Amino acid sequence: MIETSSLASGVVLANEGGGGLHSVAASGAYSALWLVVGLPLLGALLLLVGGKRTNAFGHILGTAMALGSFAVGVLMFVTMLGKDDADRSVDQHLWTWAPVNEFQADIGLHLDQLSVVFVLLITGVGSLIHIYSIGYMAHDENRRRFFGYLNLFVAAMLLLVLANNYLLLYAGWEGVGLASYLLIGFWQHKPSAATAAKKAFIMNRVGDFGLAVAVFLMFTTFGSFDFADVLGGSASASDGTMTAIGLMLLLAACGKSAQFPLQAWLGDAMEGPTPVSALIHAATMVTAGVYLITRSAEIFNASPDAQLAVTVVGAITVLFGAIVGCAKDDIKKALAASTMSQIGYMILAAGLGPIGYVFAIMHLVTHGFFKAGLFLGAGSVMHGMNDEVDMRRYGGLRKYMPITFVTFGLGYLSIIGFPLLSGFFSKDKIIEAAFAKGGTSGWILGAVTLLAAGLTAFYMTRVMLMTFFGKERWKEAPAGAPADWHEPHPHESPTSMTGPMILLAFGSVFAGGLFVLNESFVKWLTPVTGFSHGDLPMSEWAVTGMALSMVALGSAVAYVQYARRDVPAVAPAASLVTVAARRDLYQDAVNEGLVMRPGQYLTRLLVWFDNRGVDGFVGGLAAFIGGTSARVRKVQTGFVRSYALSMFGGTLLVVACTLMARMA
Amino acid sequence: MNLYAPILVLGGIALAFGVVSLVMGALTGPKRYNRAKLEAYECGIEPTPQPIGGGRFPVKYYLTAMLFIVFDIEIVFLYPWAVYFDSLGMFGLVEMAMFVAAVFVAYAYLWRRGGLEWD
Amino acid sequence: MSMSTAATATLAVTKVDAPTIEYGKLSPILIIAGVAVVGVLIEAFLPRPARYRAQLTVALVGMIAAFGAVVWLARDLPDDHRGSVTAMGAVAVDGPSLFLQGTLLLIGIASVLLIGERRLEPAGGDAFAPQAAAAPGSQQEKDAAAAGWTQTEVYPLTMFSLVGMLLFPAANDLLMMFVALEILSLPLYLLCGLARRHRLLSQEAALKYFLLGAFSSAFFLFGVAMLYGYSGSVSLDKIGVASAGAMDNDALLLIGLAMVAVGLLFKVGAVPFHSWTPDVYQGAPTPITGFMAAATKVAAFGAMMRFFYVALPGMRWDWRPVMIGVAIVTMVAGAIIAITQTDVKRLLAYSSIAHAGFILTGMIAMSDAGVSSTMFYLVAYGFVTLGAFAVVTLVRDARGEATHLSHWAGLGRRSPLVAGVFALFLLAFAGIPLTSGFSGKFAVFQAAARGGAGSLVVVGVLCSAVAAFFYVRVIVLMFFSEPKVDGPTVVVPSVMTTAAIALGVAVTVVLGILPQPVLDLADKAALFVH
Repeated sequence: MIETSSLASGVVLANEGGGGLHSVAASGAYSALWLVVGLPLLGALLLLVGGKRTNAFGHILGTAMALGSFAVGVLMFVTMLGKDDADRSVDQHLWTWAPVNEFQADIGLHLDQLSVVFVLLITGVGSLIHIYSIGYMAHDENRRRFFGYLNLFVAAMLLLVLANNYLLLYAGWEGVGLASYLLIGFWQHKPSAATAAKKAFIMNRVGDFGLAVAVFLMFTTFGSFDFADVLGGSASASDGTMTAIGLMLLLAACGKSAQFPLQAWLGDAMEGPTPVSALIHAATMVTAGVYLITRSAEIFNASPDAQLAVTVVGAITVLFGAIVGCAKDDIKKALAASTMSQIGYMILAAGLGPIGYVFAIMHLVTHGFFKAGLFLGAGSVMHGMNDEVDMRRYGGLRKYMPITFVTFGLGYLSIIGFPLLSGFFSKDKIIEAAFAKGGTSGWILGAVTLLAAGLTAFYMTRVMLMTFFGKERWKEAPAGAPADWHEPHPHESPTSMTGPMILLAFGSVFAGGLFVLNESFVKWLTPVTGFSHGDLPMSEWAVTGMALSMVALGSAVAYVQYARRDVPAVAPAASLVTVAARRDLYQDAVNEGLVMRPGQYLTRLLVWFDNRGVDGFVGGLAAFIGGTSARVRKVQTGFVRSYALSMFGGTLLVVACTLMARMA
Repeated sequence: MNLYAPILVLGGIALAFGVVSLVMGALTGPKRYNRAKLEAYECGIEPTPQPIGGGRFPVKYYLTAMLFIVFDIEIVFLYPWAVYFDSLGMFGLVEMAMFVAAVFVAYAYLWRRGGLEWD
Repeated sequence: MSMSTAATATLAVTKVDAPTIEYGKLSPILIIAGVAVVGVLIEAFLPRPARYRAQLTVALVGMIAAFGAVVWLARDLPDDHRGSVTAMGAVAVDGPSLFLQGTLLLIGIASVLLIGERRLEPAGGDAFAPQAAAAPGSQQEKDAAAAGWTQTEVYPLTMFSLVGMLLFPAANDLLMMFVALEILSLPLYLLCGLARRHRLLSQEAALKYFLLGAFSSAFFLFGVAMLYGYSGSVSLDKIGVASAGAMDNDALLLIGLAMVAVGLLFKVGAVPFHSWTPDVYQGAPTPITGFMAAATKVAAFGAMMRFFYVALPGMRWDWRPVMIGVAIVTMVAGAIIAITQTDVKRLLAYSSIAHAGFILTGMIAMSDAGVSSTMFYLVAYGFVTLGAFAVVTLVRDARGEATHLSHWAGLGRRSPLVAGVFALFLLAFAGIPLTSGFSGKFAVFQAAARGGAGSLVVVGVLCSAVAAFFYVRVIVLMFFSEPKVDGPTVVVPSVMTTAAIALGVAVTVVLGILPQPVLDLADKAALFVH
């Protein structure tokens, strides 16, 4: 039994659900797989290369490409449904990009139960947001470029989740980073947007560096980038290597998913157009870290240290985001903080190993629905309120925007975990999994998730109350308002915007229930990620009960604070904790002190050194060579006699040296 | 290397002799110059007077001399070839034909371009 | 009876076997030799106006035919790509011979196209003196120019030189090598003195080249004598056998090899035997400079490789250190002195010295990869050089070619195409990726590093960096300086120069982007016959 051949061990892994990368070449309906990535990529190319000529129909084309990609994705999904577990994952080798001895950089796609979930989420939510953007961006003269970037993003994100090797995944990873940068800074005429884009890009570079190092390590360890080789071989590699790779992957995940300590960019990223916030910075791109960790399950399974680091990062972020969310007055920033916190849940779950992977992905999907819905709702509110984002200048909007109110409200109920809504099921499972980890760490993680559930209920209730209930604070001119200030006229948004919101609201309500019904989601993903029931130290009902009481408590506090009393139109002075939360728990100050200023000093030092040291050396060397040249060229006298003499001397030298070479 | 040691020693002695005589002469000899001493040859014979215009031979002379050498060398090859004509056989005939042809081409060129006309 | 018996006996005793010569295997050389002889006949018998066209046609057709013969011979090489010797062991017909002969013929074709260019001189005529025998500035010369005479002897002279060049890398014994050396050199000395403009400078260059060339030939011949004294043969094979077991008391061998090496190093322009190069390159008519710079190097490096690889492989521990020293000094001196040059032709001359060092680097590797990389470098370098000198012929002012660098300022603004092409050649000289220069440098440095000459590679790379400075300086000058008011004009050449430059550009770009086919060919052709 000990002497299991590698083949047999692979089968064992597959049966356990880990290392489920046994896959067949794509054929039949699967052969259209490349179209999933290809269509949006084509759209991006046409729109960005075509330039102004595509202005008239750009938005239609972009949306059509996203919808087409969604249709192919559904086809893939349906095809997959019709197969057995064993035959569900397929590989499609497109071409070999750079074959250099051992180094085989293949362009190939891998579709399995995990990636198909992402494909549906990305193309589905993506399509809805494309449609929403038609209305939202109707008055923007650069709408065509916006759709080009959106298509580019969708293509890159699909490449990320469909790549069959880490190198191509890295390409997609950088692609979404680029698209994110372009879209955050879409209104680049605003200095704040340009700065936010740069900030997001630079902070992501730190994470990307981690991914790059992880990919290097994989290649040196396994001699390949393929998921099959890397993950299949992870059991045989040394613990130290696996921990190193795992930590580097975690660093990458922290950057892309705005996890502690690389979380600071997400709030600023809200400078982008709201559909971007909904699609990229809530539903899809920021969940790439979760995908990365889940996809690399075997690596983390092989390294408990790396797993612990993952759970710690998740736990810190879950609280960090929730606390920041409690104090934000900007509706989008409050939602951004919430996103950070919710992804913290997913990361935490992913760090739990096989007991958590499935629920991380499940929460990721339900979160994709309700958070995208919430963002679109926020966008709808802003649309009706002259782009005002300060919730202290909202109030009582439910009468003016009934559809927005209802869809936003359903999203809200879902996120706080109102029973039987999507968020309830997915979040409850994560809390259970945290407790089920066992040991002291299980209790700590469980407590953290419970506390965060309460905080979530508090800050989301706060957002809800401040926006849709209470006094209509927007009717009074704010202090220091410009002379031409006029009262906003809240109104419901057009159908192209409310339609996607309604559809997303359906997802927010029902998706979770569908997933847990008959444990379908667990069964679906188990072949890829593996699954095991942990030992829950108490009954499931007890956990659910505690979670619900935390939610009730949080909501009640918020109700007392924001519904029973009037909300001041200007943020009042508050306790130290609130001030800290308003300032994102000083994350920027920390970054500035720890990284930015030392970085600036380092840069100045390098510039100084470059000017004095390097340039001086280079300049001196050049002058030296030039001087030598000027001196040596005088040897060239033009007299044939001196040439002959030099030849003669040279001959003597050559003969002498030849003889001496023998002596020596 | 023993074989060459005497040669090296001899070379060293010759070099030393030259250097020593020059140095000694320069150090000890009186330095009194007159016209005769500055002549190219101190033995008193005047160098041949140069003809007016730079002392050149007419260029025709070179042409004729070179033409002579060309045919002279041809003869040098023709003699042994004639002696071994039998044993060289066809190969010898072909090779010599090529050689003579090449020389005659040069001759033809010279002739056609007026190299044989003295004026 | 007794008399006749004695006579017969004398003859019988010394009866010789007729040597055999396989004319087919020598066909490329024989075709070009025939073309040269026909060229002389054309000079002798055709009327003056008809000669130019006839010479050009005969030369081009002959070279194309010879190239065809080379290809035909190469296809006939046995599978192991080792060739054979012919002419009683005096000439080798093997991979390196044929590869280099093919290269030489292509360079020859492009050179003849440049030599035949007659659109550049405003008063008509080509780059050569109307009557070479006339004293510079004399009435006779003016009359000849007024009559529109041209010196069409340049074509047979070029062909004779090419015969020597084809024979030089194929020569399998030292006497044949010496004969080839002289055949290739003597016409070149003459050609150098034939420039139409700056006649005195040109004649001075010719005389210097002749004197120093004769001097180096003497060294070569002296070395041959020593090697004969040591081994009892001039055949490279036999010297190789004799030197393989060399132990003590081989001063003759060492001195002989050093002196032969000196003769060869002179031809490639390696330091300290380089001093003729700048003066001669500057003074010679530019098409001849291009031909000389490209083809002489190819031929001389071919001969040098054969000498060291066939005759002295067993002596490598004796000659390698010296050659490494020569290569280092050559690269360093060439690159450094080039920095302060102000004349384009002298700049290219020093650049060619530095490149001689780079090529030596490949040769020193003493491996098949060394041979193939050196041959590849020669192809790359040959066409870049020819192209660069071709561009030099186009930039002219009232006094002929404007070779002073200050005249080239702002050329990129005035003639972006010509300046761009020149910039491409300079980048190739500098070894910038995607040009043939990079592929070549990479190949020779790789071969040298594998051959254990790491120090050489370090120096080579450093010198490339220094050299890049002066190449790029010219590019900066052309594109980022204000044009001079009375600057030179770029003359539009005929289709011939255009074709030669286009060939240079094509080879430079193709060998930069897709070097593999030619590298493969050089690899296959890298075995010397023993």
